[in-house]
Amino acid sequence: MTLSSTTVWMVIVVLAAGTFALRFSFLGMIGGRQIPGWALRLLRYTPVAVIPGLMAPQIARPMAETGLPDPTLLGAVAVTLLVGIWRRNAIWAMLSGALVLGALTLLRVALAP
Amino acid sequence: MTLDAASITPRQSFWQGLRHGGPFVLIVGPFGIVFGVVATDAGLTLAQTMGFTIAVIAGAAQLTAVQLMTEQAPTVIVLVTALAVNLRMAMYSASLAPHIGAAPLWQRALIAYLMVDQAYATSILRYEQQPGLSLPAKVAYYFGVVSLICPVWYLGTLAGALVGNQIPESVPIGAAVPIAFIALIGPMLRTLAHVGAALVSVVLALALAWIPYNLGLLVAALAAMAAGALIETWQQGRGA
Repeated sequence: MTLSSTTVWMVIVVLAAGTFALRFSFLGMIGGRQIPGWALRLLRYTPVAVIPGLMAPQIARPMAETGLPDPTLLGAVAVTLLVGIWRRNAIWAMLSGALVLGALTLLRVALAP
Repeated sequence: MTLDAASITPRQSFWQGLRHGGPFVLIVGPFGIVFGVVATDAGLTLAQTMGFTIAVIAGAAQLTAVQLMTEQAPTVIVLVTALAVNLRMAMYSASLAPHIGAAPLWQRALIAYLMVDQAYATSILRYEQQPGLSLPAKVAYYFGVVSLICPVWYLGTLAGALVGNQIPESVPIGAAVPIAFIALIGPMLRTLAHVGAALVSVVLALALAWIPYNLGLLVAALAAMAAGALIETWQQGRGA
């Protein structure tokens, strides 16, 4: 896996500038102009609209040996999601998911022929 | 809670912000470590990894960019998708502007640079509960909130980048990315509209995965945003 150094630095610079522009947008304006309501309504859903779609293909990707998604990953992700919804807390969700991932990985190594 | 918010000095306000922001280091630290490990694993140098973390300070967008780069997505797609993850920052900016928009330009610029989810959420709650706070006290509160969160983010990334190369093959580092992301999503699923948007995003992203250049994800994300907004409108219409 090699990434061109120029590409990486370009992504860093443009992403930094673009992110700053988004953060500064309304704070930078004089007179505190308001975002229209419909735009706020769309913006509210950006994280839940982008991140699950970004992750879904990676989580569902078939493994070379079985042609099915990785059960270890599926189990860990399911626990992460459920704990996140239940506890409303990202750190507990992350720790639970990591714990299940570790346990299932050890189990698989132990059971491997 | 002090009864007379107007009498709170900027110094007191800064320390209150620091205390209220403190617990978030438990999220930001591990997330920084995950980014450091994943970026190093993807082949980024220490300078590039730290460049990301210091220049961008937006974990989800950074992980998105690194993930798409390792999938060999075109650079334009990498940038558009990662910036889409950060669109919510414009909403934070609009929401903070009525409270601290009158601060000096250099303070607003610094506030913008340091605008992370936890800083926004903690500060806006404070400003709404204490509308009588003076402008300097509001600004000092914000800087108090970020003064632990942001350095811990940098140090977490540094720690992750430094140990990233020493992690043995048998440890499933690749799985850290979905777990870190899904851990952020779970607590956000607090309304039907958020759940609906997430479901549309997953279903369409899987169904449209055949579209080249990862464009399927952008289509899925736009449709999911529209779905969320529509469900919200529909629920308000029903008086829910």
